[in-house]
Amino acid sequence: MATANPIDYLPIIIQFIVAIGFVIFGMIGSHLLGPKKHSKVKDDSFECGIEAQGNARLPFNVKYFLTAILFVLFDVEVIFMYPWAVNFRDNLGNGTWFWEMILFVVFLMLGFLYIIKKGALDWD
Amino acid sequence: MLLTIYDFTRLTTAIHTWLTSKMGDTLVMLSEMVMVGLCTLTFFVVLCLILVYMERKVSAFMQIRMGPNRVGPWGTVQAIADTVKLLLKEGLTPDGADKLLFNFAPILVVAICFAAMAPIAFGKGLAIWDINIGVLYISAISSVGVIGILMAGWSSNNKYSLLGAMRSGAQIVSYELSIGMAVLSIVVLSGSLKLSDIIMAQESGWWIFRGHIPAIIAFIIFIIASTAEINRAPFDMAEAESELTAGFHAEYSGMKFAMFFLAEYVNMFIVCAIGATLFFGGWMPFHIGGLVAFNNVMDFIPSPIWFFGKTFGLIFLIMWFRWTFPRLRIDQLLTLEWKFLLPISMINLLLVTLIAIMGWYF
Amino acid sequence: MAPYFFYFLAFLAIFSALMVVFSKNPVYSVLFLVMTFFAIAGQYILLNAQFLAVVHIIVYAGAIMVLFLFVVMLLNLNKELEPHKSSLLKLAGVIASGILMLTLIGTFRGATEQVVGAGLSDGLTYNNQVGLVKNLGKVLFSDFLLPFELSSILFLSAMVGAVMLGKRDKEPIEL
Repeated sequence: MATANPIDYLPIIIQFIVAIGFVIFGMIGSHLLGPKKHSKVKDDSFECGIEAQGNARLPFNVKYFLTAILFVLFDVEVIFMYPWAVNFRDNLGNGTWFWEMILFVVFLMLGFLYIIKKGALDWD
Repeated sequence: MLLTIYDFTRLTTAIHTWLTSKMGDTLVMLSEMVMVGLCTLTFFVVLCLILVYMERKVSAFMQIRMGPNRVGPWGTVQAIADTVKLLLKEGLTPDGADKLLFNFAPILVVAICFAAMAPIAFGKGLAIWDINIGVLYISAISSVGVIGILMAGWSSNNKYSLLGAMRSGAQIVSYELSIGMAVLSIVVLSGSLKLSDIIMAQESGWWIFRGHIPAIIAFIIFIIASTAEINRAPFDMAEAESELTAGFHAEYSGMKFAMFFLAEYVNMFIVCAIGATLFFGGWMPFHIGGLVAFNNVMDFIPSPIWFFGKTFGLIFLIMWFRWTFPRLRIDQLLTLEWKFLLPISMINLLLVTLIAIMGWYF
Repeated sequence: MAPYFFYFLAFLAIFSALMVVFSKNPVYSVLFLVMTFFAIAGQYILLNAQFLAVVHIIVYAGAIMVLFLFVVMLLNLNKELEPHKSSLLKLAGVIASGILMLTLIGTFRGATEQVVGAGLSDGLTYNNQVGLVKNLGKVLFSDFLLPFELSSILFLSAMVGAVMLGKRDKEPIEL
């Protein structure tokens, strides 16, 4: 059996500390070095250069939401494949190992075909 | 047999033994952490400078013009000059913006970049963190990156930023699926998620050659999807200049903008390094199974040169895309992923497993 | 070392979970939820359940939170359309969640006894290696094959549901 320990994850904490330290250092350094002049017009949002109209937080097309929800489903599917793929080489002689995943993928493909048929992914 | 002359484990072991002879265990660990941290930081900054210079020179080369050529010999100091300029600029926070999130977004984006770089093997025995779930870890960490972009876009209080962020969110999550499938096809062949195991599995030939056509399809899908994943042209919907000013970072200026810029280039390096590791053997020299003499000659080229050579080759390819293909519309982009790449990569993964079962790879 | 990490992560998880509830701005709530998920993923790593930790980050922090952010952005946040909840509703919420908490505590206490009783773990040492990707795959695709295949049917129905939900709204504001 493969073994591992939680202590293996220590280096990642260092990476995060270094990264956050670096960005904060850069931003504070730039804040101290750069000019600080404020004015009404300068602090307006830039948008596309001309005067901004209305508030920016507008509701969105529902297609984005549908894309995200379908992504969640397919992402879980991809996740399920990882433990299967890692063990694949050890189970080359094991015939069912392949068919198990085929069955799983066939069901997903049925769902996928349904999505395509219904035109859920068409942007009109 | 691999030659051991360029094995970095000897160097790291030597440093470790030397430190252990001088001080206690906790101090050794701490000082090693500090050393690794400083090395990554230096590497990160130097990498960005090189990539920015390379991008400008490659663009110039594609468009038959000179590119930067005034600051330093052949314009090599241009990137440093740009950095100094950005450092001296004022970092504005617009009035309408959500101040906290606006300033936190660059930190998150860069931190995720740093974290995603940890498991990459730069040479034989030269990896910060050779974790047993390497590939899975990288996809996990980079999937969080989209939150930083959405945060930046939403907090800016700019319609174009929000639009860019939403598009980029939809795009990144969609293409993540294809990347996952392409990576899985190599995991099936190698039987491990650990990057060093994947590299060692390619000792008698890189997967792109040994895996026949399915491996090549997987590579093509990987390179298309990762170009989309890092928001590079022709998939740069998030920052399509002609329609969205600068997309999600339109309101950012000075060092805060520089952080996004930096993260973009490091992300490009990361995906290319992963591509090089999975399909081209990472630091593994060009080997042909059975030809011992040839393999030994190849081993005389140091492993980091192989790694960086392959990675920069892929980076050049992605830069080449930018000047070759016109930008896609958002609906075309999502159609490409959901109706073409996703089903193709799913079937391709099954083809790869079939090849593995039949033992067709050599 | 591990207990300190545990207490730190537990504190972080509870603090950010509370902030999810108390934040006025829904976007902040979502981001605190991401923080909660990271803290919980850290706990999984302390338990050496690597696969669960990574899945937690990919699925919850990477996928579901993006979905939540999209939903929050889909709503129009400017109108202050948050209606003032009546105190009766609040009381009902407190009672319902209190009952849920009691149920969960009861379940988990029972679970600990079961696990220890079955000899799967002594409940003290965290040297269980079954949470690693490779070991988990071996168990998942042999002992738990039927639930795995059934989950694909669950995905199928979820896809149908998602399409139904998404298609109904015919007149979105185009942006």
